[in-house]
Order: sequence, then structure tokens, then C-alpha cells
Amino acid sequence: MVGKTLYDKLWDAHVVRVDNDGTALLYIDRHLVHEVTSPQAFEGLRLASRKPWRPHAILAVPDHNVPTVSRSEGIDDPISRLQVETLGSNCTEFGITEFSMGDPRQGIVHVIGPEQGATLPGMTVVCGDSHTSTHGAFGALAFGIGTSEVEHVLATQCLIQKKSGNLQIRVEGKAGPGVSAKDIALAIIGHIGTAGGTGYAIEFAGSAIRSLSMEGRMTLCNMAIEAGARAGMIAVDEVTLDYLAGRPYAPKGDEWLKAASVWADLKSDDDARFDKVVSLDATDISPQVTWGTSPEMVVSVDSRIPDPENEPDPVKREGMKRALVYMALEPGTPITEIRPDRVFIGSCTNARIEDLREAAQIAQGRKLNESIKQAIVVPGSGLVKRQAEDEGLDKIFLDAGFEWREPGCSMCLAMNADRLEPGERCASTSNRNFEGRQGQGGRTHLVSPATAAAAAVAGHFVDVNEF
Amino acid sequence: MEKFETLSAIVVPLDRHNVDTDAIIPKQFLKSIHRSGFGPNLFDEWRYLDRGEPGMDNSSRPLNPDFVLNQPRYKGAGILLARENFGCGSSREHAVWALLDAGFRVVIAPSFADIFHNNCFKNGVLPISIDTGIVDDLFRAVEETPGYRLSVDLERQIIEKPDGELTRFDIDGFHRQCLLEGLDDIGMTLKHREAIRRYEERRRKDAPWLFNKID
Repeated sequence: MVGKTLYDKLWDAHVVRVDNDGTALLYIDRHLVHEVTSPQAFEGLRLASRKPWRPHAILAVPDHNVPTVSRSEGIDDPISRLQVETLGSNCTEFGITEFSMGDPRQGIVHVIGPEQGATLPGMTVVCGDSHTSTHGAFGALAFGIGTSEVEHVLATQCLIQKKSGNLQIRVEGKAGPGVSAKDIALAIIGHIGTAGGTGYAIEFAGSAIRSLSMEGRMTLCNMAIEAGARAGMIAVDEVTLDYLAGRPYAPKGDEWLKAASVWADLKSDDDARFDKVVSLDATDISPQVTWGTSPEMVVSVDSRIPDPENEPDPVKREGMKRALVYMALEPGTPITEIRPDRVFIGSCTNARIEDLREAAQIAQGRKLNESIKQAIVVPGSGLVKRQAEDEGLDKIFLDAGFEWREPGCSMCLAMNADRLEPGERCASTSNRNFEGRQGQGGRTHLVSPATAAAAAVAGHFVDVNEF
Repeated sequence: MEKFETLSAIVVPLDRHNVDTDAIIPKQFLKSIHRSGFGPNLFDEWRYLDRGEPGMDNSSRPLNPDFVLNQPRYKGAGILLARENFGCGSSREHAVWALLDAGFRVVIAPSFADIFHNNCFKNGVLPISIDTGIVDDLFRAVEETPGYRLSVDLERQIIEKPDGELTRFDIDGFHRQCLLEGLDDIGMTLKHREAIRRYEERRRKDAPWLFNKID
């Protein structure tokens, strides 16, 4: 018998029933809920007189709309306020636990799930948010769903799914200094393209992946969706267990020991077969900067903006030209000559403690370049914020001229008041550089936390190894 | 959900690859707690020259004359012709609600992003994936022929061109059935409630920590 991949194992363990054509009813262990993609799902439940199947399998938190400045005044924008209040009233009505805006544990849904131990190995985890792939870092099957599916999971604790293909991305070798998980993620997307993982679940493997911390693994799995895959995952090892031990919702005592022994099997068998394997050498990866309006439009910080005329595919060529017009950039320009107006350090990709430490290390003892209009640091959760303050990182940022904010999604998608003005350029640790993503007409360059901090200090992109 | 059986409609071409759901419906409109009313803000940043905000009177906003949806020849279109990886990015189902609200029941493209593709079937929108070569031909035909229409028959899995030429498309059997019958899939799943309970009992024995309460 052929061995199983990690994805095969997770899938098989959650199939409630399967039809002849492969359409399966898949059981969902953990449902994370935020304010933007849930109101219509709760409304659907009410209209059909249905109740949540397992309310205590759900954790809810407002994150997309919340202000990152002082919260004592509440939310200014009445439409945002109504959406956040609607989450609160829905959670009360249906008996769901919510970390509301004033709760010290509040934060970005993909930061707090793992932080609380609500995400565990071997689980299926869903959320009405494409970056749910983040939780796959724990050897879980985690993927984003639409609002109709949110309603489906609320009502049935299941989803109707077809199995995806198995794609293994192997990154071997030791990444060079200044190369973070974000750079590895961007390099992978640059290599396989934003549709390279469509129809697949990705397992990230290889020595470069094994040597990543949990924070780094979450960054990598977070961006699986930017490679087109709904789910990204990494096998369980000691790093996983060390991170989870003692977390509030993680099992304790004998139950922890039993769970840990079960989790040890959450890896692909040696003779497992993948539908597709992609290999990268970590030593080839340098710090990355995106230049266009798709995460696949990415190059090394020490290179130049590519020329669309060298692209053979006419549709892609037009896309590159359009991106360069939108970004106001010329082919052949060195990346290090690009000067951001604003810097954003945060998002479900890069707002965990390790990300803030990386950025602070660059900012320490330095000042924002005078050409930078604003640089904001938005911790991923209230607990990340507190830990960073305990370590003195807030002081480092504030002394350097950065703003130190309250937790939330913030300028990653600009649903709250944090946004770019038309034409402004941003060095951002978020995950999407789509047109208008950070504000209409805004121009986003995706980078690692260290590269973002370095750009803030230098006033232009620069190799972090020069610091 | 409204059934989908057949549709004959004008085709509008959107000649860009990797069209993301942020472009289909920008974030400021996601603050709504309702399912309807997104149509006027479909492709908002490409469609209008000003900055769109919720609550604006969209009928008085300046239109971008260069954007294809604003061109009179495509008025009343019900089929969107697109390029590869349509609907990538955010999981927002609002993107499908906006297309539906603007009158689109069919999107034809070489490929779709997974979450968007799934969301279509929950809302009676048919995403048709066909070969790039056929999509290229359709882009040419639409460009050359004002008022170009296609007829789509889901039961027969056929696209019919104005000259009567037929193109067959593939679709997952379950998805096809859901659209043809306009099925409520939550109702279907709840028919298996006993199987779900049995699964839970079994899992609770093997992995009780999965059932620890979030409270």
C-alpha cells in the first residue's frame, strides 16, 4: 500500500461520508469567525430557524474594522461600528465566545487562534477568510470559505468538499542572513505563480522549513493562498509542540500526553505520493520585494524591475505593463531606488512577536528617514502587544519615529481608517499588492518586517544585510 | 437559491488575468451586513472616476468611459468573459453577490481561483472553465461583433455561439445538480445528521481534546 501524505491523513480523518463521485461531507473541528464575512451567515440561520450545531467549537473576534488608535472613543465610522456590533449581538444570541474589542486577547483572527491554542494539530479549521491557510502551520487542514459555507458550518459542523491534489513544495538548505519566512513565501510565489497552487493543498517540507519557528511557519502557510492553494500545511514536530504547550485551549496533563502521541503521526509517510513536487534551494533566496500588482510580480531586493517586452505571453505582458503604469515604475529601475511614502508593519502574515522583534532589531538606535510620511506598527493581538511592550520593543519603535498601534488588520486591507492616499507608495509586510488593496490608488510593495523597517530608516528599499 | 438551467445573454469581455476579488468588490463595501445591493459597486475602482464609499448615490458618479462595462455596446450583458485565475485573493462572497446583483449569471474563463469558484455555486452563478484557445477565440469574436451573445445550456453542458457552433464544457456533477435544482445544501447535509452524530461519537473517543469547549 502506498503511504499517505499529511493532507491525505487529515482529509481521511474528517470524512463523515462520501458519495460515489468523491463529493465528501467533511467534519470541521474549529470555526473562527470575524465581523465581515459572518453577518449574512447568521441572518441565514435566523431565516431558516436554525441553530449552530456546536457553538463551543467557535471562536469569534472583530479584527478587520477595528480602529488601531485609542479605542476609548469606539468606532467613528457608523457602518463599521454596526458591523462590529452585529458580530457581538450574533455571538450573544447564539451562545458563541467572542473576544470583543475591549478584550486584552482581541486581535487578528489568524494570530489569536494559534496564540490561544484554539488551533491544534490534526484539526480541520475554517474561517470566512482566505488567510485561514495560516493555521496549517500546526499540521492542521485549514482553509478559507465563503459566507454561504460559514452558514453551512454553523448549521451542520460540516462542509461539502471535493479533495484537492497533493502538492509538495520542498525548500532545502540554509537560508542566508536577512532571509525570513516572508522572503521564502514570496520567492515560492514568484517561482510557481499566483495560480501555481490552484486545485492543490500544499505541504511545505524540507530542511529550510523544518528550521523555521512557528511564527515563520505561519507566515509561510498564510501565503499559500497567494500561490492559489486554499490550504498550506507543515508536519508536526517538537517546534509545534513547544509552541502549543500550556496555551489556554490546548489539552492539559494526561490529555496533552495522549494528544502529543497522536500528533506525532501528522507527517507525510516516507513513501507518500504527491501529484506534483516543486523544489527550491534556500541558499538561492535573497530578501524579496514585489514591484507590481500581484504577489507573483516579485524580485530580489538587489535586482531591477523586469521589462514586459521580455515576457512572451501577450496577456501576461499586458498585465505587467498595466501594473507598471499603476505602480508608476519603469522597467530596469533598481529596486533600491524605489522610495516608499509609508511603512506598514502588521497583518496576519507578519504581526507576531518574532516579526516585531525582527523589525525592531533594524529600527533600534535609528530614526525614520525624513522622506517617510508615516510608519506604523500594528501588533497582531493584544497579547503580542503586551509581550512586545514587556520586551521594550514599543520604545524602540517610538524612539525611531514609528507609531505603536492597537491590534487589528489595519492597513493590510484598509477597512478601518488606516489607508494609503491615491498615488502613495507603501513598504508593507502584508500579503496582497492588488490595485487599491491598501486604499484606492495606493501602491503596495510586499516585503518582510526587517526589509520594511530598513526601508523606513533608509527612505528606499535596501538589503537588510547592509544594516 | 435561484435555479440555473439556460441563459442567452450579451457577453462582456474583461481582458485581464488574475482579476482579484478586491477589484471585483472593494473592501469599503464589505461593511454591509446584507447580501444584496452590491451591483452598482461591481469593479468600483475601474468603473468610476471618483472614490466610491458606501451610501453614495452611484447614479450620479462620474463613469470611466474606458472601462468595458460602461460601454453602451455591452449594456445588459449577462455573461462575463475573463482570463485565467479569475476571482483570486480574498474569500469574500460579496464578489459573487456583486456579479449576481449586476446581472451576471455566467463567467467564462480559462481558470478560476478555488474559493471564488465554490462561492459561485452557492449563489446560482455558473463559472465555466474552458481551454485558453477557445477563450481567445471568444475574445476576438466579442470584439468584432457588437451585440455578441452566447447561449449556455447547463443540462447539456453546452455553449452555443451565434452561428450555431456548439462548445461542450465540463462541470463537477454535484455542482451541476445544485445549480439545476437550486438546492439548499444545508438542508441536504442535515439529512445526514445521524451520520454526523456517529462521527462525533467516534472522534470523541479517539481525540477527546477536539471537543474541549471554547468558552
